[in-house]
Amino acid sequence: MSVAGILGQLFALVLALLLAPLLTGWVNQCRAWLQNRSAPPLWQPYYTLHKLFNKDVVLADGASSLFRVAPFVVFGAMALACAIVPSLSTDLPFAPAADALALVGVFGLARLFISLAAMDVGTAFGSLGGRREMLVGFLAEPALLMVIFTVAMIANSTSVAAIVATLAHRDFVIYPSLAFAGVAFTMVSLAENARVPVDNPATHLELTMIHEAMILEYSGRHLALIEWAASLKLYAYSCLGLAFFFPWGIAERDNLLALAAAVPLLILKLAIGGFLLALIETVNAKMRIFRAPEFLGTAFMLAVLGLLVRLLLETRV
Amino acid sequence: MSDVPLSAQLINLCAAAILLLAFAMLAQRRVLQLIDLFALQGFALFLSTLIVAVKTGQTHLYFSAALTLALKVAVLPLILRRLVQRLHVKGEVEPLINIPTTMLVGIMLVVVAFNVALPIAQLSATITRGTLGIALATVMLAFLMMITRKKAITQVVGFLAMENGLFLAATSATYGMPMVVELGIALDVLIGVIILGVFFFQIRDQFDSLDIHHLERLKDH
Repeated sequence: MSVAGILGQLFALVLALLLAPLLTGWVNQCRAWLQNRSAPPLWQPYYTLHKLFNKDVVLADGASSLFRVAPFVVFGAMALACAIVPSLSTDLPFAPAADALALVGVFGLARLFISLAAMDVGTAFGSLGGRREMLVGFLAEPALLMVIFTVAMIANSTSVAAIVATLAHRDFVIYPSLAFAGVAFTMVSLAENARVPVDNPATHLELTMIHEAMILEYSGRHLALIEWAASLKLYAYSCLGLAFFFPWGIAERDNLLALAAAVPLLILKLAIGGFLLALIETVNAKMRIFRAPEFLGTAFMLAVLGLLVRLLLETRV
Repeated sequence: MSDVPLSAQLINLCAAAILLLAFAMLAQRRVLQLIDLFALQGFALFLSTLIVAVKTGQTHLYFSAALTLALKVAVLPLILRRLVQRLHVKGEVEPLINIPTTMLVGIMLVVVAFNVALPIAQLSATITRGTLGIALATVMLAFLMMITRKKAITQVVGFLAMENGLFLAATSATYGMPMVVELGIALDVLIGVIILGVFFFQIRDQFDSLDIHHLERLKDH
């Protein structure tokens, strides 16, 4: 563990905290352009966060301590996830703390807390949203695990940093299994980040919302933390996708020049990814909630198929 | 893996795309999108055949690639789209089993196909023998689509997708069949679709529907 490594790790974490709301703002802006609306400013998420942090917290009468703790746990889990996923460099001192499977666990922890907090106050919408979130989550998790297994089999390691090191810094090889895993991962991240085919992040229509239904009771700095955590989740998933499927440009160990080049490249990749996300959200209609199992089931199938293709095509018997 | 030449990697990628599209066809609910997916699958097949042709330098493979492009990407989807319009097939295809179950059965079929193809692939000396399993899986999935769909037109798409799988098997395992055989099959498929198109109109005239379930109750009067 070198000093440069720790500095690089901290820099990646700070960059994640700062860039995540910007990514959300960029996606919202692209969505507005594509849908012929006038776009909100790129800095809108920062304004919202600033406003919310300055407001007082209003707590419901029945709120327990769980309700107050949950935003901090969720935010902490997402920040940890952003620290584990290699966005700039594979030299991450925090990375041995959790491999890709534990990363899924970190996401699961955040989901558990936010769902429990939603049910805690006892409003109808909260428990409805919490239950829907768990439904989507328990279907998305196995698919995400399968995607990770596919990628881990290529690298012979479940450590995210080792996977990226294998994919980015060895000879260029086309892995057909990654095509399957990539499609499955896209579907999972749409569901996990409350994006359009499964959930609409912009809606407050009671019958269709999932994520928004859970956080209705939050206000002030709690809401700010949850909003920020949602941005961080999108950022972490984007970086995970980029790390698995477009890893070129992520710096190697002890390579400061590459690290400096990695920052603009990451921003460029995130900008393209954000635009594609907005495009997906624009051309698709939101599904009925009961179609979500089918959607995520398909993602799971594709991930399993990727695993099978990996076994058939890419291993010499 | 890195000892495999780039062309073989690209062929593997095309094969994987064909399998992916076969699954997408299995999951697709709308007839017109199904035909689009079929055209896309044809295009992936064309690419893989073209790569094999460039790699091995066999002239007849160029012809079969061109034939694939002309027939499976252009002509057949066009005929099918025309048929859908003329027959006023609207909305969703009705599967006999619901789609998630079909997908599960599909995964099982892929596992079976991969296992069955493994010993056969050992016999083949070509570099792309791994795709034999994928070809077999595509054939099986197309079969599954024919079995689980009610409407005649989706069954024809299934039939054509099956032919795609066979073609992939032929090019990947043996670098293509003799020209005469390929021409024959291509012509058969074309004629087959035209005849089936005529059948559609007959079925519809007889039963006011394209649901082939009605055919089970046919009796000689």
